[in-house]
Formats: sequence, C-alpha cells, structure tokens
Amino acid sequence: MNKAAKKRKPSMGKVFVYLFLTLASALSLFPFYWMFVMATQTSSAYNSIPPTITPGNLLVENFQKVLLQIDFFGALWTSFLLCTIVTLVVLFISSLAGFAFAKFHFPAKNFLFITILLTMIIPPQLGLIPQYFLIAKAGLLDTLSGVMILFFLNPLGIFLMRQYVSDSVPDELIEAAKLDGCSNFKIYRSIVLPIILPAFATLGIIVFTAVWGEFLWQFTILRDPENYTIQVALASLSNTFNVDFGMILSGVFWATVPLIIIFLLFNRLFISSIAEGSVK
Amino acid sequence: MDSTYQKGKKGKKKNLSESKKDRVSAYLYIAPFFIIFGVIGLYPALFSFYLAFQKWNGLGEMSFVGLNNFKIVLEDPLFWKSLYNTIVIGLIGTAPQIVIGIILAILLNVAFLRFRSFFRVTIFMPYITSMVAVALIFSVIFSDHQSSLANYVLGLFGADPVSWGTSEWGTKIAISIMVFWRWVGYNTIIYLAGIQSIPNDVYEAATIDGASKFQQVIHITLPLLKPFILLTVFFSTVGALQLFSEPTVFLGASAFTRDEAMTVVMYLYRDAFKLQSFGTASATAIILLVVIIIFAAINTYLTSGIGKKRRRG
Repeated sequence: MNKAAKKRKPSMGKVFVYLFLTLASALSLFPFYWMFVMATQTSSAYNSIPPTITPGNLLVENFQKVLLQIDFFGALWTSFLLCTIVTLVVLFISSLAGFAFAKFHFPAKNFLFITILLTMIIPPQLGLIPQYFLIAKAGLLDTLSGVMILFFLNPLGIFLMRQYVSDSVPDELIEAAKLDGCSNFKIYRSIVLPIILPAFATLGIIVFTAVWGEFLWQFTILRDPENYTIQVALASLSNTFNVDFGMILSGVFWATVPLIIIFLLFNRLFISSIAEGSVK
Repeated sequence: MDSTYQKGKKGKKKNLSESKKDRVSAYLYIAPFFIIFGVIGLYPALFSFYLAFQKWNGLGEMSFVGLNNFKIVLEDPLFWKSLYNTIVIGLIGTAPQIVIGIILAILLNVAFLRFRSFFRVTIFMPYITSMVAVALIFSVIFSDHQSSLANYVLGLFGADPVSWGTSEWGTKIAISIMVFWRWVGYNTIIYLAGIQSIPNDVYEAATIDGASKFQQVIHITLPLLKPFILLTVFFSTVGALQLFSEPTVFLGASAFTRDEAMTVVMYLYRDAFKLQSFGTASATAIILLVVIIIFAAINTYLTSGIGKKRRRG
C-alpha cells in the first residue's frame, strides 16, 4: 500500500515541478522576446488590439532611428572601456591586498581587514554629493576618469582574493621563493598571480557586470551626450514625452544582445561567480 | 616597491630585517585601497555629515544652519511620500522574491529534474540585464496606452486599463514587478548554493525516519538555509531602500516632477541636482542611512526569529 502511494505521489509532484519551472522560465524569457518583437515593429503596431506578438521587419530601420538619437556605438565603447579599465585596476589592487592579508604578518592586520569589510556597508548615496563636488573640483566632471575612480573601491574584491590566496597558494612555495632570493613583489608576480588566475575570472565577471549596469553615479557625473556610457545613453532615449517604443526597445535590444550572448557562452562561470561573490 | 632580500645576512639579524621588509611590503600592498577609500569614500561620507548642517547652493558660501536642514526635510510631505513609496515598492518588489526564490531553488535541486541547466540559465538571465534596460522594457509593457500589454492582459480578466506611468498604485506595482523580475533569479541562485551545501545524508536519514518530502523541506532545508535567507533579506532591504534607477528610467521625463513613485534617493537627487539645495540633500542622505540601519536590523532580526520558532516547533 505504501509503495503504491509512493508511486503516485512523485508523478503528481513531477508535474507540479515542471509546470512551475516552465512557467518561471517563460516569465523570465518573455520580456526579452517582447523587446525583440517591439524592436522590429512600427510604432503603430503598438496600438493594435490584441497586441502584436510576432516580430516585424523593422529591425534595421528602428536601429537607424536610435543612431539619430544617441551615439550608440560611442556609448557602447565608452562603457566597454570603463568596465575594462575598472576591472583590471580592481583585480590588481584586490589581489595585491589579498596577498598581503593572506600571507603576511603585520601589526593591525585584523583591524585593517575588518575596516575594509565594514566599508562595504556604507550606502553609495551617502557620499554622493561630496563625491560629485570632489570630482568637479578635480576637473573630472563629465570625464571617464571621473566616473571610474569611484569604482576602484572594491572591498569585496579584497575579501575574495584573500580567501583564494590563503586557500590555494601554499606557504612552502613562498618560503622557497624567499630562500631563492625573490622579492615580495616578484613572488606576487610569478607565483601568486598564476595560481589565482581562476579567481580573476570570478572577480572580473562580478566587477565588469556591476560597473556595466551601474546607473546613479554615471548619470550624476556624465552630462554631455558625447561622453555618455550606454546606460545613460539608453536612459536618455525615453527622456522625452513623445516616445517611440520601437526605437527605444531597438536601442535596448542591440545593447542587450551582446551581453546575452556572452552570458549564454559562459553561463556556468557567470552563475557560479555571482553566487560565490555573494555567498562567501 | 619591492624589497630585495640579501643572501649574505644570516641568523636572527636576517629574520628581523626580513620581517620588517615583509611588513613594509604588506602595508604597501594594502595602501592603494586605503588611499582611494580615504579620498573618495571616507572623506565624502564624513563631509556629508558636515554639509547636512550647512545651507549651500553649490556655488556660494556655506552657512551653518544647525538642525534646520533636518527640520525642512522631516516637515516636507514629499519626503514622507517618498519614504512611503520606497517602503511600499520595496515590500511588494522584494518580499515575494524570497518565497518564490526558495521554492524555485528547491525545485531546481530535485533529483529527477531534466533540463536543469536550461531552467537555471533562463531563471537567472534577467539579472544580467541592466536596470536601465529592464526599466525601459517594462515601461513599454506597462505604458499608459489602452493597448499596452499589461492593460490588454488586465482586459482579458475584465479589468479596466490602468495608467501605469501616472497613477498612485499603477506606478508602484509596475516598478515592483520589474524589481521582482530582475532579482528573483539572483536570489534563487544564492538559495540553490545554500541547498547544495546541505549534506545529502541528512536527507537520507530523514527519509529512513519516514519524513515526507514536505516535512524535509520544513525541518531540514529551511532551517539550514537560514544564513542564506538572512543574507538575502539583508541585501534586499538595503537595496530596496536605495532604489533609484528603475523608477527614474521607468518614469522618464516625469521622473522628478511627479510624486507617485518618487523614492528617497530620487528625492535626494532632486534636492541636490535639480534644486541646488545641497544641505537638505545631505540631511536626507543621513536620514536615509538611519532608516536603512533600522530596517536592516528589524528585518534581519525578524527573519532570524522565524527560524528559531521553526526549530523549536
């Protein structure tokens, strides 16, 4: 009797599991599909009832309208440059500091490390106004340097790198290198760096994604459309009262597609990186 | 920047100079963070506290006004409206995420599941979309038009069309839905990592004891998942109170002129960069800090309380 009950139960459960997950997947994917549909339709298609849910043929035309509104490729390049430089700098700063915290003994080490962790809980908008004036005073308003300097601060990076270095770089290796007369920086460069490269991928993805999508700071510092990053440029598309939905979503579509492709190619790495970054 | 080690020296003397050099190196290696933090992190944060007591338009002289900025903000109905909006959107946008996220994570972990990575990837995908992109896509789905997708779906259920961009509840619900949509997969992945860290033999032992799958979820998965739930509750609370990008982009041209979905950070931004009232904006930043600390503490406390009751019962 027990066996029969057990046999029936899983099949009911199975149906529920697949139903729920399929629904969740569909709801997750639908806005992407809708974005593609609208990006290929005329504005008037938007007024039809029932709504158009099949793609049209204006994929290129709508994008040409986007190009009239914003410097799309310029903004995309600016964002790419911003994220690349920030990622490289953060990787360097974090790995160097992580190495120091993991393998050196020095006074106030724990205090300094906890201080770094505590800086994580300062809400970004607390210092926003003084930061704005600091950047303005330095003459960096409306420049990429003015935007990127804030992102160099990455306490999470130091935390992850310390974990990784202390877990994966053996003390003996460092001792041996010291006996051979290696300087500390040479040890960092030729022993620590090669070992922690996988962690660079994790931290790199976290930093790159975060900076790519950040809006408040970029929106505050960048005023001239010539200097816009892709987020600020996209946001400016809807900043008029006379909106062309096909044009707006065409901009969003072309800005999102590269991201989706990269994500699908490296989805395992992406998901594990993001999970690791928040769970550790 | 690096110290060279001299081979000739021996004994204690060598060790001493070596550890001194190590210390110098270590301080040098952690210095970049602290220098940048001092300039662009700590100094601005502290300066906000100073600015909160000054009247300043960004150009002229500052003048000390005591607690007047706080008084102005706390007596401004728009501030309270923005705080109310932020809390309502935060509640509708994030609380369901935790429940749905846990359910999704449990389902994604069941043994018989096929297409597991397909489900995982699609459910996580909204997170990689930028907030601006999400807000723009949803501004089209939830436009004021009679024919917008959201209004069409409402019509199927016989409901009247809603002005999503201008009505009191329309704006809040639309923004909450986009917050939910973008973040639920992220929380799911965190819970999934948590569930996978629970050793299998705990479940096996429970199965032998005759516990049903549902009982196992209640008595094993949820209690062991508690640290992860606390983490997401903390981050969701802090994040929700700082909401800015989604409503700003969703409302577009009317973002800083209408009050239905103005959040506290938008209120702060408007004071500073639209009205050049930097003193009151700084006061708002400090009030918000206090609000964040209070809410994060309350929510984290409540969440940990639920777990305790469950464990006892």
